[in-house]
Amino acid sequence: MEIEPGDYVEVKSKKGVFRGVLMPKHEFSGERIIILKLDNGYNIGIIPESIKLIKKGERKEKKRMMKNFREELPTISVIGTGGTIASYVDYKTGAVHPALTAEELVFSIPEIEEKANIRASILFNVLSEDMRPEYWTRLARKVKNELAKSEGVVIPHGTDTMSYTSAALSFMFPKLSGPVVLVGAQRSSDRPSSDAYMNLLAAIRVAKSELGEVVVTMHATTSDDYCHIHRGTRVRKMHTSRRDAFKSINSKPLGEVRGENIVFYDEFKGKDEETELMDKMDRKVIFIYYYPGLDEEKFESMLEGMNGAIIMGTGLGHVGNHLIISLRNFIRDGGIVGMTSQCLYGRVNLNVYSTGRSLKKIGVIPLEDMLPEVAYVKLMWLLGNYDREEAAVLLPKNLRGEISSRRMITW
Amino acid sequence: MVKCGLEIHQQLATKKLFCDCDSELSDEVLYRFERVLRPTQSELGEIDRAALEESLKHRRFIYEVTPNSCLVEADEEPPHELNREALEIALKIALMLNAQILDEIHVMRKIVIDGSNTSGFQRTALIAVNGYLETSFGRIGIPTICLEEEAARKIEEDDDKVVYRLDRLGIPLVEISTSPDMKSGEEVREVAARIGYILRATKKVRRGVGTIRQDINISIGEGRVEIKGASRLNMIPKWVNNEIERQKMLRDIARILQDRDAKVEEKIYDLTDIFENTESRIIKNTLKRGGKILGIKLIGFQGVLKNGNLRLGKELAENVRVLGVKGLFHGDELPAYGISEEEVEKIIRRLELGPNDSFVIIGEKEEKVRIALQKVIDRAKKALIGVPDETRAPKDDGSTVYLRPLPGGARMYPETDIPPIRISEEYIEKLKKELPPLPDERLEELVSMGINREIGWQLIRDGMDDVFEELCTKYGHPTVVARALINGCEGIDYNRIFQYFSEGRFSKEAIDEIVMRACNGEKVEDIVRKFSEKVDIDQVIDEIMKEKMELVKERGMHAFKPLMGLAMQKLRGKVDGRIVSEKLRKRLEEIVNQESK
Repeated sequence: MEIEPGDYVEVKSKKGVFRGVLMPKHEFSGERIIILKLDNGYNIGIIPESIKLIKKGERKEKKRMMKNFREELPTISVIGTGGTIASYVDYKTGAVHPALTAEELVFSIPEIEEKANIRASILFNVLSEDMRPEYWTRLARKVKNELAKSEGVVIPHGTDTMSYTSAALSFMFPKLSGPVVLVGAQRSSDRPSSDAYMNLLAAIRVAKSELGEVVVTMHATTSDDYCHIHRGTRVRKMHTSRRDAFKSINSKPLGEVRGENIVFYDEFKGKDEETELMDKMDRKVIFIYYYPGLDEEKFESMLEGMNGAIIMGTGLGHVGNHLIISLRNFIRDGGIVGMTSQCLYGRVNLNVYSTGRSLKKIGVIPLEDMLPEVAYVKLMWLLGNYDREEAAVLLPKNLRGEISSRRMITW
Repeated sequence: MVKCGLEIHQQLATKKLFCDCDSELSDEVLYRFERVLRPTQSELGEIDRAALEESLKHRRFIYEVTPNSCLVEADEEPPHELNREALEIALKIALMLNAQILDEIHVMRKIVIDGSNTSGFQRTALIAVNGYLETSFGRIGIPTICLEEEAARKIEEDDDKVVYRLDRLGIPLVEISTSPDMKSGEEVREVAARIGYILRATKKVRRGVGTIRQDINISIGEGRVEIKGASRLNMIPKWVNNEIERQKMLRDIARILQDRDAKVEEKIYDLTDIFENTESRIIKNTLKRGGKILGIKLIGFQGVLKNGNLRLGKELAENVRVLGVKGLFHGDELPAYGISEEEVEKIIRRLELGPNDSFVIIGEKEEKVRIALQKVIDRAKKALIGVPDETRAPKDDGSTVYLRPLPGGARMYPETDIPPIRISEEYIEKLKKELPPLPDERLEELVSMGINREIGWQLIRDGMDDVFEELCTKYGHPTVVARALINGCEGIDYNRIFQYFSEGRFSKEAIDEIVMRACNGEKVEDIVRKFSEKVDIDQVIDEIMKEKMELVKERGMHAFKPLMGLAMQKLRGKVDGRIVSEKLRKRLEEIVNQESK
């Protein structure tokens, strides 16, 4: 009989005779090494001289989750998309798997059953970095369907590109009949210290609120004390690994969730009677980070064939003067160019320096204090749903809270 | 059959295991944050709602950030790759213990949700197996050697929170487990001492309180007891031998109880009314505070609770003491503590006790008594079987005290953030060539330099053998150097002291005082300068003699002590006390002899 991972085996080697469960090979493991989980729980790597099967591994049986519908509780939809929040470790083999069903994810937190009736489903299972604009469209359609059957939607999502998705959904829904809450985890949910539990419970709480916007709910601090509610067009991942990586940029968070208490700091858009979806996206938009050394040739090849470009300029919103002619030609040929800043914090202003004034003169649109990624998603959405002239007019206008006219010194 | 095993945890003197922080303790708290840990679904299988709630109730953890802790300790950044220096030291220790090093090392996560690890697990790797150690009692097996991270330091604890400091979290720790091959406390001590020597021979282990911890497992064939934190070598025989006696006693008690067909009743009786007019001060106070006196029946337990060597009552009391309950009384010790014979009679009648039966009563707030008595019932039931598995803490008097039940095996799964490490045969061969001498070999080297074996062992045990060798080679005087090192302390400038000594700045006799004062924080230069100042001792002594002639005439040689005091007032720190003493005595003798003529 063939020996496969999960089988209990006896291995003879130069280092002695070992018994344990054969584990799947590790991607960084040495060439002739096999991995064994010993009876004491430790994994070891050894070079085998011979392997003998002691007992075949048992196939795991899947447990069905029971859930009871409770009349008095609101119904909340949970749409799984993948990411850290939805992954878990198979303790037997040590492999990290995505949660196979949204139920598996949701019901690993038994408290949730007492907060809401959960409609759980998995839409797709992609790592955050593998997200693509067409997935945003699919997700938006699913959200619309779910909102017809529930009071709010919670979307567990990988954190890397969560703010792109939140921006896309924000623009795609001019009207929402319930909150759409994206939520993630910076520590996977198989760990006792995972932030997934608190984030998910907070997200469910937000999904039961009167909010009619797309938001992100994540840890506010490094402590497990409360979560911030960030507007979908204002939020950005600002740290590679901390729990409180998500920050509202150029704005205060919308509010906070502390246990069952939810507080909104300021005004927010309430629920609409119905949900309206505009889900087209124009993929011919380029997102360019300007840096010293970006020459005309590289720059023009990026602009080639595009309908629009969002530039992350330096400081108040600049690119080198050597690129102005290329930009002028691109705009003259019908392209839309929006200017944002690498500084992220603060508003662009093309009136202060001569370079800025030149850019403005050739038709580059200063995009106020909009986040660069949000501007990129917005331009794709505008060009997908409006004609060129309208898109150019709407790009610097505040549609979903992505632009503010004032920035406070206390934020 | 007595079986004892050892588990030794030794901190390594390198940076931390999975980040670039220093392995030092710190009292500087820069920041505090708060976390919750919860058992994950895979830990409990199906999560029981009630059990989860219970586990969350006491799980508010406050962490104190110190300068030597970064985002890794805060569980806010993935671990860096395993510290190679620490690994190399651990591998050398493994080789010195004749162990087989594994071909590839895999870091695991051992689930620990008491808050001592911010992540909820301790990272640990098995690095070598099948080692052994030769002792005067024979060969002892060392089945496993692990490299793991130290837990955070508990600072305080109350009902709803625990405060931990992150300075200690992540310090590399080598864990050495022996087979249960030892049969007596003396044997355990020898093994612990030998492993200790090997660890220190690497010169890369941390020294001082808490940097090495020994846990001892003891079983006489039924049940298993772990003595946690038995770190004082000289106490080990007492702790182990007392524990063996305790287990034998419990086995004897179990036989007696089985013969009598003893039973523990679950029913809890309210006996408060019996003590309405009690003379017992303890009970009076309990009642005044609104407490109750509840009791249980122990059928067939008469004479095993407190009777000669049989002391089951003490075991019961220890089990409830961890709940903060102190007022436990049992049938074998009453009447006493102001509880009258009449009251005891009433208890016996109320509980309908036969001649072989006994009872336990506890006075406390009712809710607390019920929990405590339940614990007594559970413990008494275990007495019917024999020795229960438990963790015990060592006490200064050589006994141990109940701490908690023995924890079950921890669940482990792979640390996916750290790639496995291949250990090649070439690398192992290279390490073998770099191994420090074993303590026995080292001892011979030291003896050949001119000291006796006993002093040699002491230097090895104190980890001062390298300093000794260096000083001896430079300045000679092996016995003087050894004495200074053994009497001295770490961190003083021995090199400078012996350099001045070899230059003839002070006499051999002065070294003790110089070392002592250097240990108290004085600068070596200052001490030596004062010692080297030219003072005319004879003149100082003569002056004192002249001044105190009355005293000398009156008390003769008995005047030495007060005169010495005066002399040292003037000469302390400039001249070695012994020289002053010699000269003073001589002069005094002369004068006294003259006077008597």
